[in-house]
This record gives sequence, C-alpha cells and structure tokens, in this order.
Amino acid sequence: MSAIESRKLVKEFDGLRAVDEVSFRVEEGEIFGFLGPNGAGKTTTTRMITGVIKPNSGTATIEGIDVVQNPTAAKEKIGIAPEEANAYLDLTARGNMNLAGEIYGVPGSQLRNKVDDLLAAFGLLDRSDSKVKGFSKGMKQRLILAMALINDPGILFLDEPTAGLDVESQRLIKDRIKELNEEGKTIFLTTHDIAEADRLCDRVAVINRGKIAAIDSPERLKTTIKSTQSVLVSFSSKNFQPEDLRVLEGVEEIEKEGDKWRLYGPEPGKIIEEVVNFARDEGGEILSLNTTGPSLEETFTHLTKNQN
Amino acid sequence: MHYPSSLRKSIAIARKDLRVYYGKGPVVIFGILLPFFFFFSFLIGRNMPPLSLISGLGGMAIWFTATSISPVIAPMETRTRTLERLVSMPISVSEMLMGDILASMAVGAVLSTIPISIIGAILNLNLVHFFPLALGIVMASFCFSAIGVLMSALPTDTPSDVMMLALLIKFPVVFVSGVFIPAGNLPGWGRLISRFSPLTYFVKLVRVSFGGTGQLWVNLGILALFAIFSLLLAVFVHKRTLPKRL
Repeated sequence: MSAIESRKLVKEFDGLRAVDEVSFRVEEGEIFGFLGPNGAGKTTTTRMITGVIKPNSGTATIEGIDVVQNPTAAKEKIGIAPEEANAYLDLTARGNMNLAGEIYGVPGSQLRNKVDDLLAAFGLLDRSDSKVKGFSKGMKQRLILAMALINDPGILFLDEPTAGLDVESQRLIKDRIKELNEEGKTIFLTTHDIAEADRLCDRVAVINRGKIAAIDSPERLKTTIKSTQSVLVSFSSKNFQPEDLRVLEGVEEIEKEGDKWRLYGPEPGKIIEEVVNFARDEGGEILSLNTTGPSLEETFTHLTKNQN
Repeated sequence: MHYPSSLRKSIAIARKDLRVYYGKGPVVIFGILLPFFFFFSFLIGRNMPPLSLISGLGGMAIWFTATSISPVIAPMETRTRTLERLVSMPISVSEMLMGDILASMAVGAVLSTIPISIIGAILNLNLVHFFPLALGIVMASFCFSAIGVLMSALPTDTPSDVMMLALLIKFPVVFVSGVFIPAGNLPGWGRLISRFSPLTYFVKLVRVSFGGTGQLWVNLGILALFAIFSLLLAVFVHKRTLPKRL
C-alpha cells in the first residue's frame, strides 16, 4: 500500500481545468518533491489530496483511506504545513499548539510535553508564551511546521516550507525535514526551489498546466535531456578550431567557454574517448576534462517549456 | 459527529474564539453599548411597565451580544488564512461551527444575565420561574449565536460585508419582537411577522418568568425548535459556501 496515491484527480474552476487527471504514488518513507511553475496546479492538487477541497473527479488515498469519502480519518494520518495558512496571531505559540493538539485528539496528559518538545525542536521554546503577532516570518513558519507534527503523523505535507525565509530558518527547516525522513516519515514537498528538491527528494513529479509532465528520481530525470549532457575540456598546448572538434563522433553541438570547449551529445562517455584519441593524435595535452549533466532546473525548464 | 472527540474539538474552537475575538471592540460596541443606549433612548420620557422594561432590555442584550461576533468569525478567518489551517486539520464543518456557537453562546448568556439581574433587582421584580429563565437564556443564546453563524456563511473575506448584512437583519428583528412594544400590541402584519422571530419567544419568556402572563414552556419549546433549525441551516449553508472561501 502506498503512503499517498492520487488517481486521475481533476479540478475545474469556472469551467477551466486547473488539474487534469493527475495520478501518482508516493511510497512510504520517501521524500517526494512536487514541482511546477506558478499556476501549474501544485497547490490545488495538494489541497485535494489533503482533503481541503474536493476534486471534480478522481480519487486520492492516504494510507489506503479515501480522502473524499473519509476526510477526517485521512487527515488524522497526516500533518500539513500549507503555504497559504497562518497561525492565530492573537494566540501564543503554545496556544496555537494546544489548539492543534486538541483538534488532533492528542490526550491532555501528553499535550504539554509534546508541545514543549516540538517548540524546543524548532527553536521556539523561549517564545512559547509570546503572541504570534510579534514573530518573524521564519518563526511563524517554524511554528506552522511544529503544529503539523503535533499528532506525530506518518506523512507530512509541506507546501513551500522555506519560501521567503532567512538563511537560518531555511537551514533549520531543511535539517528537520531530513531528520523527520530518517525517522521514517513520508514527506510530500511542494516547492519552487529546485535546488532544494534536488538535494532533498528521492523522487520528484513535475506538474505543468495541470498535467504531470514527468515523475522520476532527480538524477534519472536529468538524464532524460540528452541534449544538455556535455563534456567540458580544456587543452594546454594547441589552439584548436571548432571544426576540428565538431567532427568527433557523438558530438552534436559545440560551444567555447573561455579557454574551454563544451561538447554536447547524448553519450558523454563516447565523447571522452573521442577527445582523448583526438588529443593524442593531434599532439594536444588535456588540462581538464569533466562531464556535466543538466541541472534539475534545466530539466524542469525543458519539461515545462516543451508543454507550453 | 463522534462524541466526545467532537465535543472536545468544538470546545477547543470555542476557547480559541473567546481568546482571539471576544476581547475586541465590536463585542463591547455592538454587544453592550449599542443595545444599552438604543434601549434607554427609547425608554427615557416614557412610562414603561417594569415587565416590559426587563423583558425588552433582556431581549436586546441577548440578541445583540449573541450576534455580535459570530457573524464575522468566518470572514475574518478567511482573510487571515487561519481558516485554511483549520480546514486542513481533522475537524468537520459542523464541529467548527458548533465551536463558534458555543463561544458566542457563552458570551451572550453571561452578558445578558447581568442586565437582567441588575434591572430585576433595581425594579424589585419577583423572579417566579428561575430554572425556565436560565434554560431560556442558554437556549436563546444558542439560537441567536446559530443565526449569527448563519449570517457568516456569506462567502466573503471582508467582515464589513457581513456586518452590513447582520445590521439589516438585527434591527428589524428587534422592532417586530416585542422589545419596545409588546407583540400583542403590534398591528396585524407586525403580529404575523413577530411569530417568525425567535426573539419574540425569549421576550415573552422573560415576562412570564418575572410573573407576567403567558405560556412558559410553549415559548421555551418554540425557542428550542428555532435553535435546532438555525443550527441545521447554518451547517447546511456553510458546507455549500466553504469551498468558495478556500
């Protein structure tokens, strides 16, 4: 049984299809990244999976529980830190935590200790009795995350958890995400920060115009863009002309970058062989030789651009 | 709803409401000062019978306090995005609304008991039916709070929109419910309309509780029916309008 499963989810607003038959599975213990440009349908999909809004058609399950049929039971299994949500500014941090704990049904005898532990883990214990209206954005976001963990959920939905935060808060939240995953929690991470997704996620799904454009591990997704795999080489002794290198087998495109040449092609290994042979035959000395794949950002751009 | 976890959730919401919303200006202005001055501006220069005075003031107090904040909680939470936070948690619409009603009911019951007690003491009125009056205050507070919550179903994130709607409903209700003139003295059309106002039955209940003539338990029963109807209608309408807020 998957931790999260979305089957052909559809959501329309005023006749416009914002989410179009989105299907995917998230396995237990994964950090699953959900990427997409603004307006692609990320937040709408997440809201449907978490039972905040109802889909027009399709189903979503959390640990096998149908979110549409039984939203309260499904929500009890998860913790959510929505992007467009706030804590109560006129309540203290502890007041907000207590409210969440009572709604999640945390027994009163455990609630105080749990609240203290979570506030401490997110660096807010010394401000626990301060009203949230005096908190910085980073502190509010940490509080929202702490609230999402009050029921010790197996699955955590984080919508843009580090967006617009200071470096210290970003680092603290990223470290906590890794730790939570190491503790066995499944993490569904919606983010604009592609570098963050690349570093944290086991798999990512790219959504564009309401449809899933690709789902795979970040590294495998990068290899899907053959054209942006390349070999970066510099020679010490001889000034070669572009046409000298363009004839090498496997090279599709060539670019000069300062004193280096970037050779594009679908098989970087083959290009390396050719470059080594070429240098030996032409009496050139190789100073440096690197293979570079596309970044996840390039992959993302490629995937979303191709659909536009 | 699954008890007692549902009740615990509703109480948590009620506690939150009391802390967040009920210390604010609108409660004091619309819940206490406005009905107080409104009533006394009508009273001064007239020779109102004591029973009309206590039932009118009691009715005004409970009607305005119980509907002071309950209509604006939902639009305020929509605007501050705390509604999204609540909806993402395992709590149903009916549990959320019940929490809002409980908070409003508590405020309405306490703030209406005070003027009723003071005026009763000043006028040296004899409280003949204590328990039915206490039950009536609780019932009426619940009913009027549910009506306030029903007003908040307007899918807007601007509290003043709902306040305007609330005022359009609240003042006419006061005029046709026997607050200033006993319902029996109203013209025919007024008497007809007054039957559809739950406030009419609370005003009558107060009169009877302090020794006036009337059917005590019938008024209490009708108030209970209005309370149930208002609650069910509020839940039904909110379930339909909630998606427009998110």
